[in-house]
Amino acid sequence: MFVNFFFHLRKRGIPVSITEFLTLLEALEKGLDDASLTGFYWLARSVLIKRVEHFDRYDAAFQEFFKDLPFSAPERRDDLSDELLQWLEGAQFLRELTDEQQQALQQLDLDELRQQFEERLQEQTERHDGGSHWIGTGGTSPFGHSGRHPSGMRVGGSGQHRSALQVASQRRFKNLRTDRVLDTRQIGVALRKLRHLSRKGGDEQLDLDATIDETARNAGDIELVFRPPRQNQVKLLLLFDVGGSMNPHTELTSRLFSAAHRAHHFKAFKAYYFHNCFYETLYSDMSRQKGESTRQILANLDRSWRCFVVGDAAMAPPELTQPGGCINYFQHNEEAGITWLRRLRETIPRTAWINPDKPQWWGSYTTRQIAELFPMFPLTIDGLDRAIDEIR
Amino acid sequence: MTNTFSGTSSYIADGELSNVVNVALALQKPLLVRGEPGTGKTLLAHAVAESLQMPLIRWHVKSSTDAAEGLYHYDTVQRLNDSRFGDGDVSNIEHYIKLGPLGRAFESKQRTVVLIDEIDKADLEFPNDLLHELDAMRFTVDETGREIIARQRPFVLITSNAEKELPDAFLRRCIFHYINFPGPALMRDIVAVHHPDLEQRLLERCLEKFYWLREQPQLRKQPSTSELIDWIGALVRSGLDADELSDDFPFLGVLLKKERDLLALQGSR
Repeated sequence: MFVNFFFHLRKRGIPVSITEFLTLLEALEKGLDDASLTGFYWLARSVLIKRVEHFDRYDAAFQEFFKDLPFSAPERRDDLSDELLQWLEGAQFLRELTDEQQQALQQLDLDELRQQFEERLQEQTERHDGGSHWIGTGGTSPFGHSGRHPSGMRVGGSGQHRSALQVASQRRFKNLRTDRVLDTRQIGVALRKLRHLSRKGGDEQLDLDATIDETARNAGDIELVFRPPRQNQVKLLLLFDVGGSMNPHTELTSRLFSAAHRAHHFKAFKAYYFHNCFYETLYSDMSRQKGESTRQILANLDRSWRCFVVGDAAMAPPELTQPGGCINYFQHNEEAGITWLRRLRETIPRTAWINPDKPQWWGSYTTRQIAELFPMFPLTIDGLDRAIDEIR
Repeated sequence: MTNTFSGTSSYIADGELSNVVNVALALQKPLLVRGEPGTGKTLLAHAVAESLQMPLIRWHVKSSTDAAEGLYHYDTVQRLNDSRFGDGDVSNIEHYIKLGPLGRAFESKQRTVVLIDEIDKADLEFPNDLLHELDAMRFTVDETGREIIARQRPFVLITSNAEKELPDAFLRRCIFHYINFPGPALMRDIVAVHHPDLEQRLLERCLEKFYWLREQPQLRKQPSTSELIDWIGALVRSGLDADELSDDFPFLGVLLKKERDLLALQGSR
């Protein structure tokens, strides 16, 4: 059965390795699951699942795998629909009750309560917050959570001593789930290759070989030699095409951006945004409100910089080739886009164009024009690797 | 298993958390803990050490930390100086090998708790460089050829703020737990540990305001548990009572650290 569980998890897209599975078996042998399904739920999760993003998938898979097992749970809450739990998410605030109101609330015993709950569950069709009858949050109905009722029943929200299926059915980690194509770490590892190390600045380190040489030369009088540690000397400029045809790629490009920004201590790092092609102005924010003069930006950069332009390079030909061809009607560009691109290439010869479209779609006129100016690579790990080799 | 962990008088651990600590203890695998800042990841190591009466060895990781520092450091400058001035026994390199946190834990006669704090601060390859040492619990000092083998496998607790992705090979060797942000019920217990004499009404009012604040979407940095405890401390010291708190937000600076957040909140009220 456990082997089946292992394959079930893998089938549901959770990368469980054999080593981890063996660890789980070892843990079961030691009795760490408390011989209960709840114990097993927690144990298997801590041993097999290493990313919060996978918790939700695990919950779903666990529920699916164990729901048909004979399972003696006294509570009836396992069949709560996702929908009901959704109504209960995002609790409204507790209401302050006066004493009279408190007393007016009906005291119920457990059996009555359960019966009413079942009935109400049958009748209820939508979300309720702050009422006194339906299952919802922040109200005085005996059902739901974050509400006030002297003998109420908590549904969703936080509670204790839940059985595994109830925990699993809550699927608390739903919004942490991401189905990623290229993860930030992979991009980070690729960008690492862009390091160009040289010795400058920073805390000094002892250079042992030089110290021994100098000491010998000094007739045994100790001469310590220090030198600065190696530091990344790369200055990186990132230009992003945003909006329009780039919308489907926003997530991917922002991941590249965050990897570049966080994982690496570049000596200098700048990022700007544009739409389709850039002209006199580049923008420091994605909504393209805060503009800076391109001429000014380029004036502050030099040949020691490296540059990635991320864009699909697909646009109407005039946007690239004609003055006044800018896609934004109110922005009149004196010079054609391609002139600006040439200027970028003169300022930073080590520029590569990263295209998130698949290479078989690179046939458009403007894409071919741009590919003549800059080496173009797809936004994949392999493409990124080659781009880095190109501008290193 | 005779020694199990269930929190201490000053550290409240919920069932899930103490369970996972016990699993990691029994399986002798490193425990990787992730969670929002201020959910007590680092304090967990102190609590485990205290409750199981094991010595705690701390290793705070910085961006410049290199995996070898955790094992040992060969103090060449000291040795050169000693040879120059004739102090100490220069012929024995062993004297100049200073063990790092992991090295000390391996050598210790007693089982220890090793805290590797904020592992994601270091270089991307840092976790990979420690794989073998954490797995086999042994390493060789190159200068002397001596092999240091753990007498007792230490309990290794690793914390991460999820700033960077950790490598899969590393993750496979760990037990993993994500500390959820505590809900009001658990939070009441946590506050009670730090402010045992707090008036009930004031506590309720504080929690209400605190969770309301955390739900404000315009905040860039949500206040955390440790900030709540500081805030309550400030309120208690200033002698404010629960009624004064109802329509005012005193000492907001204790909860919100970003100027933008303070402005945003003032704007929304």
